[in-house]
Amino acid sequence: MPVETERPPVEEREDEELTLLDRPWLTIVWNDPVNLMSYVTFVFQNYFHYTRTKAEKLMLEVHHQGKSVVSSGTREEMERDVRAMHEYGLWATMQKEDA
Amino acid sequence: MTEGFQPRRGGGVLATFNGFEADLLRSLASQLVELLRNEVAAPVEAEDPLEELLNFDGPTSEPEDPVLARLFPTAYPTDEQAAGEFRRFTEGGLRDGKVRSAMAIVDALEEAGLPEELDEESLYVDVELAADAALAWLKSFTDIRLALATRLGVEEGDEEYWHTLPDDDPRTHVHEIYEWVGYLQETLVESLDP
Repeated sequence: MPVETERPPVEEREDEELTLLDRPWLTIVWNDPVNLMSYVTFVFQNYFHYTRTKAEKLMLEVHHQGKSVVSSGTREEMERDVRAMHEYGLWATMQKEDA
Repeated sequence: MTEGFQPRRGGGVLATFNGFEADLLRSLASQLVELLRNEVAAPVEAEDPLEELLNFDGPTSEPEDPVLARLFPTAYPTDEQAAGEFRRFTEGGLRDGKVRSAMAIVDALEEAGLPEELDEESLYVDVELAADAALAWLKSFTDIRLALATRLGVEEGDEEYWHTLPDDDPRTHVHEIYEWVGYLQETLVESLDP
């Protein structure tokens, strides 16, 4: 098993023919007193392949608001993302969009 | 005292540690490995002994040790059954991954010349890491810092408190190590291209 869980490329994720109604799950990253702002930004860039600007915006949401929705998709996709966040040591949970 | 990591020409990173620092890092990584391998969550009980023998499932409940509970958080905070299922399918693999990352630190330090027993005061260890090894170190620094912070009870914005503790308080020393690993991690993040 690779040390790093690679997120499948975007094209592959969209092949699952999703509609808006099929994407009700969210990955939420919570603030913790330990993880460095630079590291959290790095993780969002490294795993989600977000731009530095977007990664920093999400990191600041986590830092100032206590949490941030970092990705959304099917339940299976979000379980993959939450697992990856735990691999990086971030405190992540998942829930339905309307919860 | 080490200046931390810097980018290496042609990719990867490098850092120089004195013998004491290298030995300390190895000790922290080794303790993490021991903790990760130590508390094996109780397997699900099965009535059929054959079923039990063939049961390779992971744990379904949160680890008792607060450090492990932080390293393997509950994914579904309001759905115990879904949380248990998630844990069953992920925790074993996550533990193995965290052990491998910590071992990457131990192996790289020893390959760079850190002897089993540190007996030479003037020893310096030059560590060069390719991108994948650097990522393993980065993740393991996080795990080590989470472990130290959980044991210490670190909270948001409490930096002042730790600096007011007397020098002979054992927590003072542990908190200094925690901050030092944070410094190393900061220099490593800065040296890597996400």
